[in-house]
Amino acid sequence: MTTKAVNAPGRKVGYWRKLGLDLVKNKWLYIMMIPGLIYFLLFKYLPMWGIIIAFEDYSPFLGPFKSTWKGLYWFQRFFATSKWWDYLQNTLILSFMSIVFTFPAPIILALMLNEIRSVPYKKVTQTLLYMPHFISIVIVVSITYVIFGTDGIIYKLTMQMLGHSIDYLGDPKVFRWMIVGQSIWKETGWGTIIFLAALTNVDTQLYEAAMIDGANRAQRLWHITLPAIRSTIVLMLVLRMGSVLDTGYEHLILMSNALNRSVSQTLDVFVYQNGIVNGQLSYTTAVGVMKSVVSVILVVSSNKIAHALGEEGLY
Amino acid sequence: MAKKKIDETTVQLNGKTLTIGSGPVGVYRTTGSIAFDILNYTVIGLAAFTTVLPILYIIFNSFATELELQTRSMFLIPQTWSVDAYRYIFASNKLIRAFGNSVFITFFGTLINLLFTVTMAYPLSKKFLRGRTPILNLIIISMFFSGGMIPGFVVVSSWLKMRGTYWALLLPGAISAYNMMIVKNFFQGIPAELEESAALDGCNDLGILGKIVLPLSLPVLATFGLFYAVGHWNSYFSAMIYLTDDKMYPLQLILRNIIVTAEASASDMSLMDPNFVEPPKQSIKMAVIVVATVPIMCIYPFLQKYFVKGVMVGALKG
Repeated sequence: MTTKAVNAPGRKVGYWRKLGLDLVKNKWLYIMMIPGLIYFLLFKYLPMWGIIIAFEDYSPFLGPFKSTWKGLYWFQRFFATSKWWDYLQNTLILSFMSIVFTFPAPIILALMLNEIRSVPYKKVTQTLLYMPHFISIVIVVSITYVIFGTDGIIYKLTMQMLGHSIDYLGDPKVFRWMIVGQSIWKETGWGTIIFLAALTNVDTQLYEAAMIDGANRAQRLWHITLPAIRSTIVLMLVLRMGSVLDTGYEHLILMSNALNRSVSQTLDVFVYQNGIVNGQLSYTTAVGVMKSVVSVILVVSSNKIAHALGEEGLY
Repeated sequence: MAKKKIDETTVQLNGKTLTIGSGPVGVYRTTGSIAFDILNYTVIGLAAFTTVLPILYIIFNSFATELELQTRSMFLIPQTWSVDAYRYIFASNKLIRAFGNSVFITFFGTLINLLFTVTMAYPLSKKFLRGRTPILNLIIISMFFSGGMIPGFVVVSSWLKMRGTYWALLLPGAISAYNMMIVKNFFQGIPAELEESAALDGCNDLGILGKIVLPLSLPVLATFGLFYAVGHWNSYFSAMIYLTDDKMYPLQLILRNIIVTAEASASDMSLMDPNFVEPPKQSIKMAVIVVATVPIMCIYPFLQKYFVKGVMVGALKG
């Protein structure tokens, strides 16, 4: 639109002119937004554009514009190594174990807490159960090393009971159970909050009616309480599906060592090891891109399944 | 939904006596129900106990002598109390400096977080603002898509040249889009009349934000301030990948280096390595863990109060 048209008499004031007036009138509001906007562009959108290095032989000295274009070379190379299947397998097994064991834990605990009627008892136990959520993952892993390491109390206890001990920190067979155990210890209590919130919305009249009909506690739990949090459970599960390939690398990096490498190398850990530590930036960006694509597919399809089951799902 | 309170009554039904109590769930007393309650209370109690047991164990044992730790196989309360481990770790200024670094990062990081979050959330809470919708969409998209670990690392370390500086720890997480949306929704709930009256008194938008809006949102700011602060205090990953000078390391990274890396290299097959360093003693490790945990435990009562509120707000709005 030209300025002439804007100023022509009898015409509506044009978009750009209106915007100009607005910019003057609300100048402080727009000025206030500048740091935030720069933040989103630099730290959120620039990295998205930075995915371009997955298609280049990126060299930090040449920069993204002068590095040579490689097309899909890195993607092909990843699948050409026989290792990719190991990384994917490690990722999926760990995720599957987390969905089977870590995911239901807060639901069960929330249902149990919901049945406690002594308010002080509930308060005290909740306070204790929420506590590990605030402890950093470094401390969780450090406590694990101190307790399960060769000088640790659990190591010695196993020694006394079995006559030989288990290498809790190095044995590939116990590695995944350690990860699952740490996650359960850290997040189960905190995870109950969202389910307890959903449970406070249950209409108590439903319970009264069920009682008059002679339903016992187990029946009330099954027919009233569980359906009440069903949609929350489905929503959380759909969200969880989106991160099936995210294995919590900040946690895994701390727990992985030379002995358990065969099981601790998930896609995330591979990207960290080879990208940040070894500097193969283009290669690992390509692996990251593939991971994101699979994640999107998983969210969309699990959301479809949720719809098919008659739930609202994520969107 | 209003919760109906049930009065304590006894109902005769099918020959059974039902006592309906006044709790959120009606009380229905049968032998099975009582047995379930006993079991339920016990299991919850045990769960809570096992949750804090490792923490208590570390705290108490950090005051034990190294000799007792080596000879007595298991105990919670030490026979002889000693502060040797603490004396040892505070003898070098490495840990004190790391503690100071963590306080610095947490303080300025949280300040930047709140400043950026508020100045972004306030304009976006004004529905009349032109350009609001596209900007909101931009933010929502960024919640679902990201460049991933490596592009983020490349941008911060080589394109923006923040490697080796605290900026790399303070700026990349300056706004959590999710928190910003909740703050924005809260601002929208503040009555417009209050702001209009201030505008009539000659206040500009900046003045209204400072004098009217922020004082009204102190509880929300406290909640998100704590969210951000705990995040900064507990993080080690960005410090590990971006900081190059170990004098700048925060406590969590020092803790990782002292315990995790040392232990991992001990369990490696590299025992023949001439550079192999003996891992630190049990009591010292425990003392370092305690030092890194104590600040969080001190503010835990506030944390619990505000965090639960924050999660609830998010759960209901989302």
